[in-house]
Amino acid sequence: MAMAESDPNVAGTIPRALAGRRFGDRAFKWFTLLMALTVFVLIVLIGCELADGSHLALRQFGWRFLVSSEWDPVSEQFGALPFVFGTLVSSAIGLIIAVPLSIATAVYLTELAPQWLRQPLTIFIELLAAVPSVILGLWGIFVMVPWLRVHLFPWLKGAFGFLPLFQGPIYGLSMLAGGIIIAIMVLPIITSMSREILRSVPGLQREAAYALGATRWEVTRIAVLSYAKKGLFGAVILGLGRALGETMAVTMVIGNNTQIAASLFAPGNTLASAIANQFAEATGDVYLSALFELGLVLLGVTVLVNAFAQLILKTFAGPSVTPQN
Amino acid sequence: MKLLNRCTLIAGAALAFAPLNSAFAQMLINGAGATFPAPIYQKWFYEYAKVDPAIRINYQSIGSGGGQQQIRAETVTFGASDGPMSDADLAKVPRKLLHIPTVAGADVLTYNLPGNPKLKVDGPTLVDLFLGKITKWNDPRLTGQNPGVSLPDQDIVVVHRSDGSGTTYIWVDYLSNISKEWETRVGRGTSVNWPVGLGAKGNEGVTGQVKQLPGAVGYVELIYAKQNKLPYADVKNAAGHYITPSIESVTEALATAKIPDDFRFSMVNPPGEKAYPIAGATWLLVYAEQQDAAKGRKLVEFLNWAMTKGESMAAALDYAPLPEAVQKRVLERIKTIKY
Repeated sequence: MAMAESDPNVAGTIPRALAGRRFGDRAFKWFTLLMALTVFVLIVLIGCELADGSHLALRQFGWRFLVSSEWDPVSEQFGALPFVFGTLVSSAIGLIIAVPLSIATAVYLTELAPQWLRQPLTIFIELLAAVPSVILGLWGIFVMVPWLRVHLFPWLKGAFGFLPLFQGPIYGLSMLAGGIIIAIMVLPIITSMSREILRSVPGLQREAAYALGATRWEVTRIAVLSYAKKGLFGAVILGLGRALGETMAVTMVIGNNTQIAASLFAPGNTLASAIANQFAEATGDVYLSALFELGLVLLGVTVLVNAFAQLILKTFAGPSVTPQN
Repeated sequence: MKLLNRCTLIAGAALAFAPLNSAFAQMLINGAGATFPAPIYQKWFYEYAKVDPAIRINYQSIGSGGGQQQIRAETVTFGASDGPMSDADLAKVPRKLLHIPTVAGADVLTYNLPGNPKLKVDGPTLVDLFLGKITKWNDPRLTGQNPGVSLPDQDIVVVHRSDGSGTTYIWVDYLSNISKEWETRVGRGTSVNWPVGLGAKGNEGVTGQVKQLPGAVGYVELIYAKQNKLPYADVKNAAGHYITPSIESVTEALATAKIPDDFRFSMVNPPGEKAYPIAGATWLLVYAEQQDAAKGRKLVEFLNWAMTKGESMAAALDYAPLPEAVQKRVLERIKTIKY
C-alpha cells in the first residue's frame, strides 16, 4: 500500500487500469489464501481419516487407550502409554543433545568462524541433513550402537550409576541410542535454521554493543542471541517436529520393547516406530484400528507439544524479542 | 538430414508394430500380500510370462495383513498370506475364499557364542528361553542336551522381530503347540506381546543384533540363515530326534503334517521321524467363484502351472515344495474354482 501511494507511475494512471490492478491484487490474495488453506485442509483431512480408521478402537477402549500400557495383538488389548512415553522421552533426549550443539555451531558459523571455514562447514551440515534416515539407522545398528555398548554406556554407568536413569543391563539398543540418533537427525535442521536467523540479526546491533565496550561473548549474548531468541526457539520447534515423527532410524536402534522403564539403557518404543513395524502384517480389524489410533495419538501429541512450545514462547520470550525501534 | 531419416525410420517401425502390439494386449492380474514367499512368486510370474505371454501378473509384497485386506475388498484377483485366515476374518469375506498352499519355510534358532558350536535344543527349552526362564548359557538344561560343548557362564539376550511377520507366526505357533503356558500367556500371531527380549526389524535386524551381542539368541528364516551362513541349532522333533533344519526336513514335515480339507493347517511339530518341527506354509487366497470369467480362467491356468512346474522351482530358491500327495489335493481343489 505504502509503495503504491508513493509510486508516481501509479498516481498518474487512468482509473480503468487501476481497477484492473485491483482485480489482480484481489486474485493474488485469493490465490495465496487458497494455497495457505491447502495445508490446513490437509491436516484436518489427515485427522478425520485417522479418527475414521480408529473408530473401532476408540469405541472399544475409550480413554483407557491413553493410560493403558498393555499392547497385546493376540488378545486384542491395546494401550498407547508406552509409545507416548517413548516418543516424548526419545525426542527430549534428542533435543537436549542437539539444541546446545546446534546453536553453538550456528553462533560459531555466523559470529566467530573465519570466512574461509564458514562455507565448507555449512556444506557439511547440510550434507548431514541429506543422509536418508534408513542409512543413518543402518549406521546406528552397525557402528553407533556397538560403540555405545562398549564405550559410552559402561562409562555412563560407572560415573552416574547412582541415578536410576543409568542402571540395569546394557544391550546397546536402548532409549538413549534412539535419542542420540534423533539428535543426529535434528542437528542439521536446527543448525541451518539458527544460522539463517543469526545472520539476519542486523550488524548495527552488534556494532552498538561493541561501541558500549562489550566483549565478544557479551555482544553475542546480549545483541545477537537475545535479539534472535524468538527465531531460535522457532528453529527448535521445527527440530522437535522432526524428532517426534522420526521413524526408521529410531526403530532400528531403540530396541522396540513396549515397556516404560526408568533406565535409559532399557529398550523402548515410539508411536511412529510401532506403526511402521506392525502395520504391514496387522490382521484383525481391532488391531488395525488400534494402529490407526496410535497415528491419531501421534498427531495429537505433536499438536499439543507444539501448542505448549508456542505458549512458552509467548510467556517467556514475548516482550524482549520484538526489535526495539 | 541423417537425423531426420532416423526419426522417420523409428516412426515407421512404431507404426508397423502398432497393430501387433494391440493384438498382444496383455491381461493384467493383480495380487498382493506376504513378503516371505515374494522371491519365489516373482520367479513364477516371470517364468509364467514366457508360458502364457497374454497375461502379466503383478504382485505387490505388502505383507500378509495387506494381502488379506485387499482380497477381502476385492481390489486384487488373489491375495497371499503367511498365516491362514482366522474363522472370524473369513466370516467377513463376501464370498467363499479358498486357501491354496504354495510352499513352506522354516524358522531356525541362531545364536552368538564363542566359536559358534552346533547346538541341540528341544521344544520346552526353547519355550523357557523365550519366556525368560532360562537366563544363562550354562543352564543345566542347555548343557545337558549338548554334551561336549562348553557353554559359557553368560547371560542370554533374546532378540525377536519387532515388525509383524510370518516368521514370528511360525515361531510362536510352535511355542504355543509345545507349551500351554506360552499359548495362554503369549499366544499366536504375526506380532505378540513378548515376555522378554529386544525387538529388531526384519531378518536382517535380528541377525545384526545377534551377531553383535555376545550371548544373544534369536530366530530367523531358514533361507536367510543359510544364505548368510549363520549358525543354527538342531531341534528335537515330536518323534524325539534332533533334526537339522533343511529343505528336505521341512518337506518331510509337510508330508507328515495333518492337512485338513480347507488347507488351513499348521504344520509345526508333526509326527514324522525326519521332520523339522518349526515350519509353516504360505498360501494364496482366491475366491471360489471368480467374478471376471476371463481373468478367472487365466488365474486357474496359472495355479495349475504353479502346482506342477512352479513347485519344481521351489528348492532352487530354498523353499520347501509341497509333497506330491498334497499337490494332487490342491490341484483337485483348483478344479472347483468357477468362472
